[in-house]
Amino acid sequence: MAKAIGLLVALFALWLTLSGFFKPFLLMLGVLSCLLTLYLAYRMKLLDDEAVPIQLRPALLLYWGWLGGEIFKSAVAVSKVILMREMALHQQLIAVPAPQKTDMGHVIFANSITLTPGTVTVETRPGVFLVHALTESAADAEGFAEMGRRVAEIEAW
Amino acid sequence: MDITLDLIRDIASGISFAVGLAFLLIGALGMIRLPDVWARIHAAGVIDTIGAELIVFGMILQAGFTQASLKLLLIGLFLFVTSPTATHAVANAAFTAGLRPLNLRKNQSANVLGGETKP
Repeated sequence: MAKAIGLLVALFALWLTLSGFFKPFLLMLGVLSCLLTLYLAYRMKLLDDEAVPIQLRPALLLYWGWLGGEIFKSAVAVSKVILMREMALHQQLIAVPAPQKTDMGHVIFANSITLTPGTVTVETRPGVFLVHALTESAADAEGFAEMGRRVAEIEAW
Repeated sequence: MDITLDLIRDIASGISFAVGLAFLLIGALGMIRLPDVWARIHAAGVIDTIGAELIVFGMILQAGFTQASLKLLLIGLFLFVTSPTATHAVANAAFTAGLRPLNLRKNQSANVLGGETKP
């Protein structure tokens, strides 16, 4: 039930953002289309943790802010490597433990690693990721542990 | 008062555009300079995370509190979610196809995949 209401609110907010109409008739049509979409999603059994991830903690927004800072730092590091006369590449494939409990937590952690320039998640197995790192400093195990801990905090289970 | 606020907004968005543009150019240069697909993925990562997001952020500052800036925020959010997914798909396809990075310093893929030969 909470999932249904969450999806309805999110759909209607999206409708308002994209249309910008506030006439009563059009608002009614918007609500009706959102309800129809909700019904279809229910029929397709999409109202779960994956499609409507409202179980995540609101601290997700703080995490995104922190992640933005990390992305900036590593983007600067990768830019330095690109601009060097002799590019200091130390390509490596490393195993990174993923301590999260849920699939959603794993997805957020894997995507965070990929979003950070210098590291890309290549392959995933339960509890461990294979990560490609461009340089020695990008493959810092402490950094991955820190990020994994922060993701584990925002996933609810 | 309005003039100073507009000025601050223009300066802030100008900085955002300039830094974003610098990252886009460096990323494009990296696409050419780096030796193989694995390293080039990271140059593309610089472009589609920090480069694109900073340009979108500058546009949000320019648009102010309007519907347009909400739409730009949505574009930024979708980029934030879809670009790592696409990057992972490329990296995973390269790995599955048997491509390996040049001059690999450390390879722990056996630790992750165990005895599996094919995923």
